[in-house]
Amino acid sequence: MDPNLVPQPELIDEPEVLQDAEARVFYATQWRLMWWKFRKHKVAMVAFAVIVVMYLGAIFAPLLAPYRADERHRGFVYVPPQKVRFRDEHGFSLRPFVYPLEQEIDMQTMQRKFIEDPTTRIPIHFFVRGSSYKLFGLFETNIHLFGADGGKVFLFGTDDLGRDMFSRILYGAQISMSIGLVGVFLSLLLGLFFGGISGYYGGAIDNVIQRIIEVLRSFPTIPLWMALSAALPPDLSPIGVYMGITIILSLIGWTALGRQVRGKVLAIKNEDFVIAARLSGTSEPRIIVSHLIPSFMSHIIASLTLAIPQMILAETSLSFLGIGLRPPVVSWGVMLQKAQNVNTLMMAPWLLIPGLFVVIYVLAFNFLGDGLRDAADPYGN
Amino acid sequence: MKVGVLMDKMDQDHILEVQDLTVKFLMDEGTVHAVNGVSFVVPAGKSVGIVGESGCGKTVSSYSITQLLPKSARLTGRILFRERDGQVTNITNLTPDGKEMRRIRGKEIAMIFQEPMSSLSPVHTICNQLSEAMLQFQGMTKRQARTRAVELLQLVGIPYAERRVDEYPFQLSGGMRQRVMIAMALSRNPRVLIADEPTTALDVTLQAQVLRLIQDMQNEFNLSLVLITHDLGVVAHMVDHVCIMYMGQIVESGPVKEIYDDPKHPYTKGLMNSIPKLRGRRGERVVPISGSVPSAYAVQTGCPFCERCPERSKRCTQGIPQRVKIGSEHYVCCHLYQSGKEEQDVINA
Amino acid sequence: MLSMPDDVILQVTDLVKHFPIEAGFFRKKQIGAIRAVDGVSIAVQKGKTLGLVGESGCGKTTTARAILRALEPTSGSVLFRTREGIVDMARLGAADLKKARADMQMIFQDPYSSLNSRLPIMDIIAEPLKSHGYPKAEREERVKELLELVGLRAEYARRYPHSFSGGQRQRIGVARALALNPALIVADEPVSALDVSVQAQVLNLLLDLQEQFGLSYVFIGHDLSVVRYICDQVAVMYLGKIVELADVDALYEDPRHPYTSTLLLAVPDANPHAPWRQDTVKGEVTGDEREIVGCSFAPRCRYAQDICREKTPELQNVNADSTHLSACHFASEITLEGVS
Repeated sequence: MDPNLVPQPELIDEPEVLQDAEARVFYATQWRLMWWKFRKHKVAMVAFAVIVVMYLGAIFAPLLAPYRADERHRGFVYVPPQKVRFRDEHGFSLRPFVYPLEQEIDMQTMQRKFIEDPTTRIPIHFFVRGSSYKLFGLFETNIHLFGADGGKVFLFGTDDLGRDMFSRILYGAQISMSIGLVGVFLSLLLGLFFGGISGYYGGAIDNVIQRIIEVLRSFPTIPLWMALSAALPPDLSPIGVYMGITIILSLIGWTALGRQVRGKVLAIKNEDFVIAARLSGTSEPRIIVSHLIPSFMSHIIASLTLAIPQMILAETSLSFLGIGLRPPVVSWGVMLQKAQNVNTLMMAPWLLIPGLFVVIYVLAFNFLGDGLRDAADPYGN
Repeated sequence: MKVGVLMDKMDQDHILEVQDLTVKFLMDEGTVHAVNGVSFVVPAGKSVGIVGESGCGKTVSSYSITQLLPKSARLTGRILFRERDGQVTNITNLTPDGKEMRRIRGKEIAMIFQEPMSSLSPVHTICNQLSEAMLQFQGMTKRQARTRAVELLQLVGIPYAERRVDEYPFQLSGGMRQRVMIAMALSRNPRVLIADEPTTALDVTLQAQVLRLIQDMQNEFNLSLVLITHDLGVVAHMVDHVCIMYMGQIVESGPVKEIYDDPKHPYTKGLMNSIPKLRGRRGERVVPISGSVPSAYAVQTGCPFCERCPERSKRCTQGIPQRVKIGSEHYVCCHLYQSGKEEQDVINA
Repeated sequence: MLSMPDDVILQVTDLVKHFPIEAGFFRKKQIGAIRAVDGVSIAVQKGKTLGLVGESGCGKTTTARAILRALEPTSGSVLFRTREGIVDMARLGAADLKKARADMQMIFQDPYSSLNSRLPIMDIIAEPLKSHGYPKAEREERVKELLELVGLRAEYARRYPHSFSGGQRQRIGVARALALNPALIVADEPVSALDVSVQAQVLNLLLDLQEQFGLSYVFIGHDLSVVRYICDQVAVMYLGKIVELADVDALYEDPRHPYTSTLLLAVPDANPHAPWRQDTVKGEVTGDEREIVGCSFAPRCRYAQDICREKTPELQNVNADSTHLSACHFASEITLEGVS
């Protein structure tokens, strides 16, 4: 054979003809690839937008809410949601307005009713001055996004103490939507720690941790929550209760995550690239930090997203049962307590609106989690 | 369905003809042209091998024959099949899930796959799976079907067939499972057997046994065989006729000895030179084909092999070469052989 | 002091790796063992390639990993000549093992799972350099040099593994193995996951590197054509034991163990005129053979006599210059067919 035919390594190389799109993909990190894949999941993108809007709403609650959460409006108890109008028999108005309410008592049922008075308009103004608050706890201001001039506006009605539901839902979102995040973050730490050592070291440690997880998971959750929250000192401040509840939820909630982490670690620790790292002389802590954790982090984030709704549902149930957060703290669960009584519900069904937000929030996270799970392994194709 | 006699003409001796088949997949990332104008024939009782590397479209071609492609596939061309009564059916005109197609898959064209576990049900006994077709298409009673199942297992060389017939697939070893797959294919009394990498997952001694079994069955039942593989060694010994595929096209086809002794297409030559031979002389270097297989999304304007071809010239990038007849049954798709117009014998013009 | 012949770089003696079979819920008790590697002894000459062949489950991959101590061997010694003298890999502490592995690296079978898809090529190839304390600038220089050495462009260093084909990935794996200038590379089926036309690229790369750097290889394979192409010496394994060991041509042309002959004749050579024998052996490995007394190949062997079922054959010389060993009671009596 002609010795000249033996190819040199340089010759085996492919010619460099890269399309821009290809080049972009070739240099893309895993997170960028995941983002590209996630973007294709339309429902998850919508859910993501909904969640962003909801969190923005919670962050800017004092600005968006026309009233404080604990502001009572005398004579406005159980006001139904008001209609915001642009047009009536007097014609069209660019500025939205509501009608003033007049209280009447139905002489037959002895129930109070609110009747709109269509003869006058209460215009809604934007960026009005109202009660003062500190935005982000930093800037003292009294600007509110909107407010009624010379009257009241209750978009979602009021509760039994004449408090504006719309404002309370916004303030409640701060508590309810953060308890999910904080709780899941604590569960993540616990899950990573216990699941990680369980999967990585195996043997007796694994055995003990797995048995603990099984025991934790076999308790019925509601009695367990009840017992743990009864253990919280009764003189705890509302913020203390909030922290206590979060810790309780994550103490029980980490088990599912711990198992996931263990499974992933077990699968990845015997992958060839981990063995290669070991043969390269890389230390065990470095292998964990630079190979193991990045490999399963995306999967863990996806399941975290699916765990957040569980947290908020747990908080809502606890508060609803009266063993979670307590007034004066405002959370969606606390607000739903008011909707326990069937009679009140018949009279004021709008007290259930916080429940609607719980549903939207939970669904949005579930869809987001679905999309993230699909995108979590961008190397499928 | 109506058989267009004029349209669907095929040679009396052929049982299967694939004419100008193209298959593309519409994906989010773009269109994958998996098969690009593939034509080949299977003479009754003969064996044809389709050889190529991963992603060359050999499996997609075989799945097209039995209409087992996923929904995202778009197929054009004709696949003609000669029925037992001599009529010609164009398979591409049949609905994939329709009764006719199910009949063809059930009774006429059987397939065996690389990984038998994925095509055997884990929750049914071998007996149940084997007798399914017999109960459905051959009107046997349960007892008859069981007896036949045992016979089939014995036929494919499974020891203790009476006992094994009641076991589940996971209780069998890889070689045994592949034998069960073959028994299952035979239970339908098919006339064409499509074997897609039937021994790739098996060790060499088992591979020899299973291939021997396929050959025996082919002779005994006068089966026509389409063997899909990447293994040039297996093809050399198993088939009469071989088609070399690259990037969705058959670049060369012909009688197996002719192709191995005197390959014409640069890709075929490259393949032959790149594999170490068992009986090779020491110190003799194999010559790899340079580069690697292009992306499946790439749009081809010229010869699909031209980027890696040692004999390429300017014209190779300027048009897809036509199929040229260079021997009585030897065809090649390469610009090197396209000079003389008289020699040109373009089949599917 | 440990010692071995001067031209030998690796000497494995009586290597055993058993995987315990455990049962029990809280306290695991060992109820048995899978004898994956059962007393393997091999030696690799400097600058040469030793092939380890056999069918799946024969213990060849376990042997490879036990040599590198990617798996803890149950017993046996693995003498290895490092830059600083001979060490027994099986008995080294963590720090010495790290040092010794700078001279002994591995190439993996699966080019996909062997590269961490989340790291750029630069980090993958530089990993051994980093853990051995090379400064950043030197690492980057070396990675570029290595990429060119294995036939890839230096500017690919910033790309991620998903931009490469199987063959290119395997070259990246080779580059990583070469990073610390090892003397011995254990290659575990490095081409069996690659396309036919690309296999030759990687095989020739391995041969070129051997020529250039005087590397020694332990080459695990199941494709006998590939093994013949690349190896100088071949050991055939069956159920955890070596049944035959010889120079490659002697083994292929004049096999002295019925199993070797069986394997060779069962390979369909890529030549329609070459003979192909499909009926040389019946049955397959079922896993029960590990328990039987005598030769483990006896149940499938056409030459088996009573003695084969009673006494385990030892690996013995079959020729005068002791380069051809076979574990068959009838190694010198039966005439076996090979490939010429």
